[in-house]
Amino acid sequence: MTTTTKQPQTRNWNWSHLQKQAAPYLFVSPFFVLFAVFGLFPIVFSLLLAFSQWDSASGLSTMHWVKPLWSNFQYVLTDPLFATVLKNTFWIAIVSGLPQHLVAIPLAYVLHTQVGRFKHFFTAAFLVPFVTSTVAIALVTTVLFSERNGAVNQLLLWLNNFVLFDPLIPDQTGEGYIQWLFEKEYTKPLVCLLIFWRYFGYNTVLYLTGLQTISNDIYEAAQVDGATRWQQFWHITLPLLRPIAYFTTIGTVVGNLNLFDEVFILFSGPPSGGEEYSAQTIGLYLYNNAFGPNQDMGAAAATSWVLFVIVLLITLITNAVFRRTADPSEA
Amino acid sequence: MTVSLTPPAKNSTLRQKQLGGKILLHLGLTVLALLTLAPLFFMFVLATYDKGQVFSMPVHMWFGDASPLNYQILLEQTNFWRAFWNSTYISIMSVIFTLFFCSLGGYAFAMYEFKGKSVMFSLLLGTVLIPSLLGLVPYYLIMQQIGWVGKPIALYFPGAANAFGIFLMRQYIVSSIPKELMEAARIDGCSEFRIYWNVVLPLLGPVMATLGLTTFIFSWNSFSNALVMLREQETFTLPLVLRSLQGVSNVEWGALLLGTAIATVPLLILFVFTSRQFVSNLTSGAVKG
Repeated sequence: MTTTTKQPQTRNWNWSHLQKQAAPYLFVSPFFVLFAVFGLFPIVFSLLLAFSQWDSASGLSTMHWVKPLWSNFQYVLTDPLFATVLKNTFWIAIVSGLPQHLVAIPLAYVLHTQVGRFKHFFTAAFLVPFVTSTVAIALVTTVLFSERNGAVNQLLLWLNNFVLFDPLIPDQTGEGYIQWLFEKEYTKPLVCLLIFWRYFGYNTVLYLTGLQTISNDIYEAAQVDGATRWQQFWHITLPLLRPIAYFTTIGTVVGNLNLFDEVFILFSGPPSGGEEYSAQTIGLYLYNNAFGPNQDMGAAAATSWVLFVIVLLITLITNAVFRRTADPSEA
Repeated sequence: MTVSLTPPAKNSTLRQKQLGGKILLHLGLTVLALLTLAPLFFMFVLATYDKGQVFSMPVHMWFGDASPLNYQILLEQTNFWRAFWNSTYISIMSVIFTLFFCSLGGYAFAMYEFKGKSVMFSLLLGTVLIPSLLGLVPYYLIMQQIGWVGKPIALYFPGAANAFGIFLMRQYIVSSIPKELMEAARIDGCSEFRIYWNVVLPLLGPVMATLGLTTFIFSWNSFSNALVMLREQETFTLPLVLRSLQGVSNVEWGALLLGTAIATVPLLILFVFTSRQFVSNLTSGAVKG
């Protein structure tokens, strides 16, 4: 190009060259402009807000620093409700998160090694909950788990007929069914069940992709060496799934800590967040602070920064764990 | 020849055993799939019963005949089809802007060499880790300042140029579009934007379909953003309308479930026909990311 178009290039240098130089920057600018305005600016602003008091209804001019600068944080961190909310969030994150992966990994392995023609059919079926809207799912859950003759309570009552099951079920008579959406012992397990159901298919698909990237040669070599299927799974599949496992773990952790939609709809109350706030998460707490009756934007901003620090810490811990368990033999 | 007489016999019992295992396995997977789909099945079944019947004993296992009644109640209590249109409009606009911005960005990251490219790309990928709740309050404030609160544009524009879409586009363009094409177009005197618009864009069909579908599905389902941004019944999207039905004192569960079912149908149809593209989109983020 440089040799053939020497003449026009010197004449057009300014325009043609300039636009070629500027083009990539122009093309990526929508992302950076939108991120700056709607992503970065809100984050920086929320940092200021976390140290301020502000009546959002009466305009920006009413915003001012709080007296001890850390009092918003102090308010949040000493709020007994925040302690409950923090405990709930972690409880839900662990109890819903761990089983997801314990099911998704073997399930993906089985789908990958044993299922041929119907593999796609099964993965698609498992993905349907992930695709369906949270609102739809939460509303259906409300119906199925309702105290008054909800399908789940009826199923439990029916299981009462079997000797084996009856010690598991708190109610033997069918009177006073479990109040899934109210009683504090049941609200968190219900949320966990919902999240598990919603995301196990998604994680299975991700692990399945991970499995597909593992070359068959490794398995063949292992077979030649006389490794059993179980040994192959334990010593080849699991270690080689580590990069995908890292990705899915981070996804689950960040997603679970940010949990909001589900609990907002299931436990819109009264009482909001279930009996004694037993299912209120950090996300719901934040929302109630900002948009609830108090309209305490400062406390909400402080909450969001506490949440950010927690997410950051857990991401770092996850990083460390995955690095430590790294298999030294892996290239 | 004679030596191989015994192994086939051994093989066939082994094969039978394997076949039995396979059938059992497929049965197990089918049960799991049915369990996964059960709540949606009940959504459709219970949508055909009226308020009193939804919670009757025993649980309904097949469709009833109250859906016309439920439909009437749904139309009385909500502006359902208005919300359906709002959701459609926002989702389509979201798809258009996302495809435009992301293909443009992905194209630049795939085909150009420029100063700061790698830094910009890392920055782009880093934004994925920021929790969405972090800037919620000031985000709302900005929207108030520019007058977008209550407007559909608040729901489709700000998120249009997202890291995931740009990453997906870049991967596709790097692997399937030769750089020589750009050079050829340049020699023909195309401007840089025209190369993108007339030469590259028409070649992006498959990845456009993939990203477009995923964007549509997520936009159709999005709740918390709409909850914070929309105030008037007129502008409500489907999730908001459904949720508002739940808020009243005497909930019409039959009508509510019918609305939920109608809102879910387009999505399920779309997903059934495009699940392959949807899966490939989900996983493309995971493989390299």
